[in-house]
Amino acid sequence: MIQIEKFSKKFGERIAVDGLSLKIAKGEIFGLLGPNGAGKTTTIRVLTMLTRPTAGKIVIDGCEAAHNEGHIKAVIGVVPQHFNLDIDLTPWENLELHGRLHHMLPEVRKQRIGELLKYVELDDRANDMVQKFSGGMKRRLMIARALLHQPKILFLDEPTVGLDPQVRRRLWDLIRRLKNEGLTVLLTTHYIEEAENLCQRVAIMEKGKLIAMDSPIALCQRFGAYVVEWADEEGTKTKFFTDRGEASNFAATLMTTTTLRQTNLEDAFVELTGRKVVG
Amino acid sequence: MLYDIWTVFWRDWLVLKRRIGRFILSRMVSPVLYLVAFGWGLGRSIQVNQGSYLDFIVPGIIALNSMNISFNSVGSPLNMSRLYHKTLEEYLIAPIASSSFVIGKVLSGALRGLISSVIIIALAYLFGAHALINSWFLLTLVLNCLVFASMAFVAAMVMNSHEDMANFNTYILLPMSFLCATFFVPDHLPALLRWIIKILPLTHASYALRAIALGGEAPVLSLIIMLAYILTFCGVGIWLMEKVRE
Ligand SMILES: Nc1ncnc2c1ncn2[C@@H]1O[C@H](COP(=O)(O)OP(=O)(O)OP(=O)(O)O)[C@@H](O)[C@H]1O
Ligand SMILES: [Mg+2]
Repeated sequence: MIQIEKFSKKFGERIAVDGLSLKIAKGEIFGLLGPNGAGKTTTIRVLTMLTRPTAGKIVIDGCEAAHNEGHIKAVIGVVPQHFNLDIDLTPWENLELHGRLHHMLPEVRKQRIGELLKYVELDDRANDMVQKFSGGMKRRLMIARALLHQPKILFLDEPTVGLDPQVRRRLWDLIRRLKNEGLTVLLTTHYIEEAENLCQRVAIMEKGKLIAMDSPIALCQRFGAYVVEWADEEGTKTKFFTDRGEASNFAATLMTTTTLRQTNLEDAFVELTGRKVVG
Repeated sequence: MLYDIWTVFWRDWLVLKRRIGRFILSRMVSPVLYLVAFGWGLGRSIQVNQGSYLDFIVPGIIALNSMNISFNSVGSPLNMSRLYHKTLEEYLIAPIASSSFVIGKVLSGALRGLISSVIIIALAYLFGAHALINSWFLLTLVLNCLVFASMAFVAAMVMNSHEDMANFNTYILLPMSFLCATFFVPDHLPALLRWIIKILPLTHASYALRAIALGGEAPVLSLIIMLAYILTFCGVGIWLMEKVRE
């Protein structure tokens, strides 16, 4: 569904994304992780035709981005990292503008807007001004907007920042359900458990380069299934073990309080993106 | 394409409709001041080409006011939407042509310019001005609104801060509103300045509006020059819309 080959993006001298290649299949939920400034947003902006790549080839839904922008724009839905709602309009009008821009038929548009506003629980605020909305409400509205024209591919750039836990879980359910209906999802997040929960595969980027790409489980196994974590004067330390017995032997040698647990994606992430770890 | 232009226009119309009362009231302030200061106050003691000064400046005021309103209805909102609210992205992501966006925005800016011109014409009659308003007059007015709405589009895409946008107003629009044959005929100015003024679009608008209002022939050349400005600015606007994606 999405195919990126050796794509790079430079802003002047600064390289934001450097030779990224990846393939995302139809119906896959793919997570893009990485520390601040890794190039996640830049990647999404290029894939959503907001920015042009410096080099490389991008194919989305069988169309090459350089030649077939119109088709790609029609089949993608985007929730950007920052708020970009029209604050001079009401939620209903924001959605209607989006529907019109995507050439939806008036009856379909009206029905979808009603459904989606209800889904994100904003139906009672449909005619307030967006300006007065809280951050989480704005984000929910942006999610409704991205889904309005029934896209085949959804790009979510940190979609759950500032959402309360209930809404976040509802969004996860929604994403899973849409995936089962064949939607392809590319999301970035700093909540590693979100990626672990949702994504079939994740890619970890650092300083514009892809440093790992695999399923969350495989990434956890890469360093060892168990991890011992402890704190000393220099900060939190971790050490990976493939065998539980070895891990508990090691833990016994330490003087401070230690935790022994199964490796999670966050441990793998921290290890991969190069925090200093003893070993 | 037409539908997309309508969509862009529709959004601006929604916003305008919500504020139409305030819009009209605030638009009355500066023309009333001009009419009082220059028409009644100063104007009583001045005769221009055998006519009253009020009749002389009303076309000038219409020209400069439609310039200001058309420019500011597009310029600063678009600049904010590009830099701060990021709502421009909503249009960039949508499957519409850049030209639809440019045309829709320019038309909606021009509409605001026209509404405020209607207000001034009504006020001017109340102040006792005599002006002949025919279809040539309206055509010139529409062209003037389009010139400055499209110029504002270009400025909003080029200026990289709200402050630069304000500076554009101070350094370009403000001098134009005083010098471009709005309040006086610039025949006595130094030759170089006269030439510069001759090139500026607002000069053509005020000359044309005044000629028509006083019952003369419509200066077709001026209208053609204004049309050329519109096409150039729209062309540059479309090009900038493509370039904004870097
Ligand atoms: N418009 C721009 N002009 C210049 N540099 C930019 C621009 N956008 C991004 N960059 C640079 O590109 C790099 C990658 O930024 P990007 O926004 O893609 O990071 P990110 O992975 O999304 O980070 P975060 O987790 O903070 O959202 C950064 O060094 C940033 O400074
Ligand atoms: Mg980002």
